[in-house]
Amino acid sequence: MKKLVFTVLIIAFSNFANSAKQEDGLVNDFKAVNNINNKSSLQRGAKYFVNYCSGCHSLKYMRMSTLANDLDIDEETFLKNLMFSDKKIGETMTIAMKESDALLWFNAVPPDLSLTARSKGADYIYAKLNTYYEDDSAITGYNNLALPNSSMPNILAGLQGGQKIILDSQNKPVSLEKISEGKYSEEEYKQLTNDITNFLVYVSEPAKLKRFSMGFWVLLFIFIFTIIAYYTKKEFWKDVH
Amino acid sequence: MSEKNQATGLIGWIDERLPILSFIRDHLTQYYAPKNFNFWYFFGSLAFLILFLQIFTGIFLAMHYKPDAKLAFDSVEFIMRDVNLGWLIRYMHSTGASAFFIVVYLHMFRALMYGSFKKPRELIWLFGVFIYLALMAEAFMGYLLPWGQMSYWGAQVIINLFTTIPFIGPELGVWIRGDFAISDPTLTRFFALHIVAVPMVILLLVILHLSALHTVGSNNPDGVEIKKHKDENGVPLDGVPFHPYYTVKDFVGIGVFLFLFALVVFFIPEMGGYFLEHANFIPANPLVTPEHIAPVWYFTPFYSILRAIPDPAYGALAMALSIIILFFLPWIDKNPIKSIRYRSSLFKINLFIFVIGFLILGWLGVKAPTPLYSALALRFSEMYFIFFALLYFYSNSRGVMFSYLFSGTLIFLITIYDLTRISSDNMYTLIIGLTSVTLFVLFMTLSPLYTNLNAEKEVPDRVTE
Repeated sequence: MKKLVFTVLIIAFSNFANSAKQEDGLVNDFKAVNNINNKSSLQRGAKYFVNYCSGCHSLKYMRMSTLANDLDIDEETFLKNLMFSDKKIGETMTIAMKESDALLWFNAVPPDLSLTARSKGADYIYAKLNTYYEDDSAITGYNNLALPNSSMPNILAGLQGGQKIILDSQNKPVSLEKISEGKYSEEEYKQLTNDITNFLVYVSEPAKLKRFSMGFWVLLFIFIFTIIAYYTKKEFWKDVH
Repeated sequence: MSEKNQATGLIGWIDERLPILSFIRDHLTQYYAPKNFNFWYFFGSLAFLILFLQIFTGIFLAMHYKPDAKLAFDSVEFIMRDVNLGWLIRYMHSTGASAFFIVVYLHMFRALMYGSFKKPRELIWLFGVFIYLALMAEAFMGYLLPWGQMSYWGAQVIINLFTTIPFIGPELGVWIRGDFAISDPTLTRFFALHIVAVPMVILLLVILHLSALHTVGSNNPDGVEIKKHKDENGVPLDGVPFHPYYTVKDFVGIGVFLFLFALVVFFIPEMGGYFLEHANFIPANPLVTPEHIAPVWYFTPFYSILRAIPDPAYGALAMALSIIILFFLPWIDKNPIKSIRYRSSLFKINLFIFVIGFLILGWLGVKAPTPLYSALALRFSEMYFIFFALLYFYSNSRGVMFSYLFSGTLIFLITIYDLTRISSDNMYTLIIGLTSVTLFVLFMTLSPLYTNLNAEKEVPDRVTE
């Protein structure tokens, strides 16, 4: 009886756990495909980030020399294409905009994005960049599914084109529908936002590029060590019993 | 044996002044451990290894870390990005913290299974529980240091527990924080305690734990005393010298452990947000409370017990009791049979349910509370304490009268608490919960009277393998 009740309870709450997850459906449809070993995606992401995002968003922990090095960009190309200020390459990617100005212009300070991929996840960034829709009630004219009612303008609207939101009878978002064309096709825009996401995933933890390959050798070493230790143990213990 | 004392050369010179050779003999080469240790006996040496791994990586982290509310978060990212192999050192330290608790929990479970806390090993157990407490303090204070949102708000929750203590609570909170809110003074004192005071306490306790262990000798999976059967030289017949037998064996355990450890460190250091919580990559902000504050996984079973009772003061009391009760274990379970191998089916069921319940409490502790989860947390918290009551109950074979009284008292206590909180919205879950706990208690306490389930096996004289 006890076991039965127990089983029923377990089943009951595992269902509860599942149903809790499926709440805000549409945002969860946007999944980033990130592979930080794709260097060209990272390079494109860096370019887009510097061009479109870095006016407001800093990457204050990202050292530019590390970035150039990890993404196989030589110093000259880096200085020419990815750096528009008079900084040195050994510095980090801070921005010139003052917090007081930002508060005045946007009523909020645009967050530093160095660690966003770790705190909120890659899918969040990807969804944020893809789920802008036109909304007259919002200050900027656009609202966003991943981060509703924020004061961030839809910077990439010219590339993506406009979207409107389709709601069901209970006012839940069902889908986003394109209402005006942008400079990029749907595929190209997805690629672009995915590259930016991928780049921010790299920025959130540059060591990730190294730790997999180093980890492989460490595991191999420990594996061989364990085998030797096992046979040593067997040899020592064969006269016990 | 005395001829071995005459070492010459440098070793001899030292040995005349410092008893290194007799130390090595007494604790390694002529320290006899039972020959039948199994898988569960790796975790002591592993805990020892992790302790030194934590100290070693901690020293390197302390070289680069800045205990300052303005600089702490940045300095951790500096370690992760700009210090050579800083990321490796930091992941080893963060993974090591979780690994420490996994190993210590398994080590404690071993003691429960084989009765290693029982006479004559009560002091070993007591020192062990003190180590566990010190380890919790160490982990808690260490978790504040990265100064992320979870560091900050997790510390907020735990320190608020102390403020629920009657009369002295609020002042105690200020005294712990060094301020009216968690801030720079809290960080600096936690840093000092984390890197100096508590590690020294832990090292001292480990010395006491091991000294007590080496005085009485190890228990084993059969729970028999190997010192009862010695050969003519005074060597236990079922013992083998710790070195080389268990040193080489422990190296195998260390190898397997390090493999799993490196797997986490290099490939999944966040462990899906359980070893390093996602929200902790956001700098501490006293003005923004995270949506859901969950302590790190190793505290969550106790956190569930805390939340199971809505009144924070009683919740904190229940949580404190759930840890304090561990100290009394040697005097709660007085059954002379140590090992689970020779104990009754009811004991096995009790232990099994306890472990499952502890895991479920841990799982519930990371979830945001819903009415169902809270109901479950309460029931499994009750089961946590019932485990100890049943251990006491199974210490002897009990008479009919005692059995009925005992189960009656337990059920009475649980029912009384339920009656104080019954309402029309929780009626259904309350009745299901109460019924299942009642049935469990009835089954566990009354079946010895009518079935064979409490039959114990005869303990052999010597170890069986």
